[in-house]
Amino acid sequence: MTDTVLHPGLVLILGALLLPALRGWLRAVAVVALPLAVLGLVWLVPDGAVWQLRFLDYTLTPLQGDKLARLFATIFALMAAGGGLFALGQKSRVEVPAAFVYAGAAIGVALAGDLVTVFAFLELMAVASTLVLWSQGDAASYRAARRYLMVHLLGGVVLFAGITGHVVQTGEVAFTRMAPDSVAHWLILIGFLVNAGAPPLSAWLPDAYPEASWSGTVFLSAFTTKTAVYVLIRGFPGTELLIWVGLFMIFYGIVYALLENDMRRILAYSIVNQVGFMIVGIGIGTEMALNGAAAHAFTHIIYKALLLMSAGSVLLMTNRRKCSELGGLFHTMPLTTVCGTIGALAISSFPLTSGFISKSMVSQAAADGHLLWVWLGLTAASAGVFLHAGIKFPWFVFFQRDSGLRPAEPPASMRWAMLFFAFLCVAMGVWAEPLYALLPYTVNYVPYTGAHVLTQLQLLLFSGLAFFVMLPWLKRTLTITLDTDWLWRRAAPALWQGALRAYAGVRGGVARPMQALVKGVLDAVERTYGQEGRLARTWATRSMALWVMVLLLGYLTLYYV
Amino acid sequence: MSHTPPTLVPPFPPPSHWLDDPRHVKLLWRGFLAVLAFTVLAELAVHLHPHFGIEGVFAFHAWFGFAACTAMIVLAKGLALLLKRPDNYYGRRDD
Repeated sequence: MTDTVLHPGLVLILGALLLPALRGWLRAVAVVALPLAVLGLVWLVPDGAVWQLRFLDYTLTPLQGDKLARLFATIFALMAAGGGLFALGQKSRVEVPAAFVYAGAAIGVALAGDLVTVFAFLELMAVASTLVLWSQGDAASYRAARRYLMVHLLGGVVLFAGITGHVVQTGEVAFTRMAPDSVAHWLILIGFLVNAGAPPLSAWLPDAYPEASWSGTVFLSAFTTKTAVYVLIRGFPGTELLIWVGLFMIFYGIVYALLENDMRRILAYSIVNQVGFMIVGIGIGTEMALNGAAAHAFTHIIYKALLLMSAGSVLLMTNRRKCSELGGLFHTMPLTTVCGTIGALAISSFPLTSGFISKSMVSQAAADGHLLWVWLGLTAASAGVFLHAGIKFPWFVFFQRDSGLRPAEPPASMRWAMLFFAFLCVAMGVWAEPLYALLPYTVNYVPYTGAHVLTQLQLLLFSGLAFFVMLPWLKRTLTITLDTDWLWRRAAPALWQGALRAYAGVRGGVARPMQALVKGVLDAVERTYGQEGRLARTWATRSMALWVMVLLLGYLTLYYV
Repeated sequence: MSHTPPTLVPPFPPPSHWLDDPRHVKLLWRGFLAVLAFTVLAELAVHLHPHFGIEGVFAFHAWFGFAACTAMIVLAKGLALLLKRPDNYYGRRDD
């Protein structure tokens, strides 16, 4: 065991626990400096197993470095810094420390060399993210947090069963490549996919994330699903099923986001959509595809955080979250509008933004593998992303009709956080090499060719045309669209009520007659043996003597017979 | 650090931004359509090296993007017929 290398995740978690003791500018400095220090520590973790310890009969590796682990740990630390800056004005004293524990645990998963450590940090993430959600403080977020925790604990139980089975079967705890070839591995895969927001439990994500505070959703968007992408890249690359799961998530996200009215739920559905692209890449499983999935996770965390920061700014300054109540905000929130639009262009993979250099690698991998239908699906979905997030979000929030709202720009810390992430979106889009150098495999891909830029522009601009042509069909209404959370919010409670009613019926039909029977027996006993009962009555001495004589006579007779 | 409370100014001041003028919006539309036409015509000048046969069809990405988006909107509307509910279905944000 090497003592000289600190565990970046644990440093962030311990630092988070000390945060509540700080006040004023000292706290503000710590909130931004701590994740940046952790980022430095991530880069001090060398390749290979660094920490090892014996646990029961197994050798655990809680700290292990390689390129893939470092890539994800880097973006998690960067996200914690940007999110911390954005949340400096957050009044809740729980949210930021909880978010840092959450981020630290995500870094812990990225740097874990064995499945036990992965499991432990994943569960810590579930608890910490629930606290982030909870710290919002109103009844709706409390209930959403309970549902969120329920799904994640279920996923945790499935994962734990899978890991236990894997350890029993192989005698190994190391986190290496697996295939869905045994019940244990299927359970592990399912446990990972629950965290990724895959069907059928995907509704936990759009149900829970938009109920967090204006800054809480920014943190929530980053860690859980991307940690799932990371463990899938490491554990199940090239599992073909993932291609179809990913494609489903992509179109599910688009269709539900098109119908949604709540601006942050639109963005929550688009998280599922974007993670779908990554899952498809993992399913294709070539070096190009895995590079694409990893790069897309990296860029996605930044532009999704940026989008949710702009939405969070709107929520904080207007106290409104429905598209049908918003619009025209560009008049007084130009900076938020520009930053939100840059995020929207990046998620749509517009040339010169980060999405363009990452998502296209997944499409390229599909083309290289001659997977025509997958490629067509991804191309249609790229158009759909521009539709549901690239235009719909900024259009309905910042433009469309004038809602009459004239909110000011958000406070300086929030503006700087948005500018920082907007800068990263453009910088990575213009200069892709630094990100490509971080990817797990050597990158053999040039994003900026005349053909790629032109075809992408055709695709996106004609999607834009479709949006405006079909605008009457996209008018926002005060509605929600039922999702699978209906199963545990309506169907399951209804079943439970039904069961209770059935039980009451059974009680009426069977238990009442039983009670009547017991009561009848007890009454009979009472009548016979009670105070006035035949057998409890006080008898006269003479009749006693008579009966004793009868008994003795009977005995005498029996003795001689 | 603290943030300013939500600021709303009803009745709102008359819109006076460059974008509020319908003539400018019309100008933007014309510019947009010109750019659309340009991206399609530019295909004649740029070699596209398609991977699949269908990609070689003229302006594939343009019409495919438009058709895919239209199809997704129609699909979404169809799904809405089945699954749309008032937004207080689960109680007023308090379920």
